[in-house]
Amino acid sequence: MAQDGPTPLERFINGILPENPIFRQVLGMCPTLAVTNGMKEAMTMAAAVAFVLTCANIVTSLIRSLLKPHLRILVFTLTIATFVTIADRFLAAFMPDMSRALGPYIPLIIVNCVIICRCEVCASKQGVATAACDAIGQSLGFALGLASIAAVREIIGNGSFFGVTILPEWAWPRWGIMLLPPGAFLTLGLLMGLVNHVSDWSSQRKKASANKA
Amino acid sequence: MKIKYISQAWLVLVLAVSFGGALAGVDEWLQPRIKANKLAATINEIPTLVPHADKAVSERYLPVEVTVGEGKFQTTYEVFWALDKDSNPLGWVIKATGAGFADKIELLIGVDAKCEVITGLSILDQKETPGLGNKIENVGDENQRGFLWQFRKYGHHADEPLAVTTASPKMNEFNKIKAVTGATISSRSVCNIINEALSGQLRTALAEALTDGPTSRPAKKE
Repeated sequence: MAQDGPTPLERFINGILPENPIFRQVLGMCPTLAVTNGMKEAMTMAAAVAFVLTCANIVTSLIRSLLKPHLRILVFTLTIATFVTIADRFLAAFMPDMSRALGPYIPLIIVNCVIICRCEVCASKQGVATAACDAIGQSLGFALGLASIAAVREIIGNGSFFGVTILPEWAWPRWGIMLLPPGAFLTLGLLMGLVNHVSDWSSQRKKASANKA
Repeated sequence: MKIKYISQAWLVLVLAVSFGGALAGVDEWLQPRIKANKLAATINEIPTLVPHADKAVSERYLPVEVTVGEGKFQTTYEVFWALDKDSNPLGWVIKATGAGFADKIELLIGVDAKCEVITGLSILDQKETPGLGNKIENVGDENQRGFLWQFRKYGHHADEPLAVTTASPKMNEFNKIKAVTGATISSRSVCNIINEALSGQLRTALAEALTDGPTSRPAKKE
C-alpha cells in the first residue's frame, strides 16, 4: 500500500529543525519559558516530553483506524494523560528533587500542544514507524530548543552549565534577570530571531546559487 | 439510542479501562518508593519546623497516628516526634492534607510539645498555579519575606484558628496570615488545612502520646 504523507525519515528530519516545535511551530511555550532556567530541569522536561510523545504517537497510530472523527481529541487526551501520569509518578519515585523542582509543569505536559498536534497531524493518519520517527524527531527538536534556551540562561544568569560552575563570579557578574521570566522571553525572542535570520540567509543563498545555475 | 452511543464510544470506554488498569499497576509498583521519598523529605524537614530538634534522633521513633472526626469526616494524621539529642520531646511535625486551588496540598506543620505554638510550616506537595499559587512554598528572608516566613518566625497560637488577610497584619494581630497576592484561595486553603489539623481532638491525643513517650521504630531487616 502506498504511504500517504512524508516518509519516516522525512518526519524524523523535519522534527529536528525544519519543523522545530519551539522555533518553527512556536508550540509548547509554557515549559519552554518556565523550566529553562537550568539545563538539568530543561533536559528532564525534554525526556518526559519525549517519553509521552513517543508513547502517545505509537498508541494513536495503532488505533487510528478505530478513531471516530468527533471523538479523536478525547482519545488523544486520554492517551496523553495516561503517559503523563506515568512520567509524573516515575519522576516522583526515582527523581524526587527534580519532581519537586519541576512542580506542576510535568502534569501540564497533558496540555502541551506539541503532543496533541503530532497525534492529530501524523499519528492519526500514518503508520506506527512513521509516527514513532515523527515523535523522536519532534522530541529531539524540542530538546534542542529547550537546551539552547537553558544553556544561554544558565550560563549568563548563573555562570554554570548543568549545575557546574564554568564562569567564576569574579570573571562573570551574574545576570540574575536571565533566571527570571523576563530572561526566558528575551532569550527565546533573540534565539528565534537568530534562527529566522539564519534560515532566511540560507534560503537566499540557495536561490542565488539556483539562479546562477 | 443508547446502543448508538455505546457503539460510538466503545473505544473510549475500552481505552479508559485499559489505561486505568495500567495506571493502577504503575501506582502499585511506584507507591512504596514515593512514600519512602516523602518520609525522607518529612524527616529532613523536622529540624526546620521545630527549632533545635535533632533529625537523627527524631527519625528513630515511630510517628503517632491520630484519627479525628467521625463518620465520613474522619481523618487520620501522621504526627512525627521532634526530639532533641537526648530524646526529649521538643515538639511535633503534623502531616496534613487538604484541597488547594488546583489539587490537594500536603503540609508539614511544626508545633511545640504542648501544641500551643506553631513553630514552622513546610509544603510537602502542591500543584498550585505556577507563578501565583505556588508562591505558598516561598520562605524568603528577613528582607523579602515569603508566605512561609509568617509561620516560621511569628509564633502563631496553635489553639486559635488562622485567618487570611490581604493587607499586612499589624504587630499585635496574631493568627492573621497575609495571603499571597493573586493567590488568596491557595493561601486560604493552607490556613484551612492547618485549622482543621490543629483541632482540639488532635491536641488532646498528642498530649496523651507525650505522656506515654515515643515508640522506637522496629529495626530494619537485613
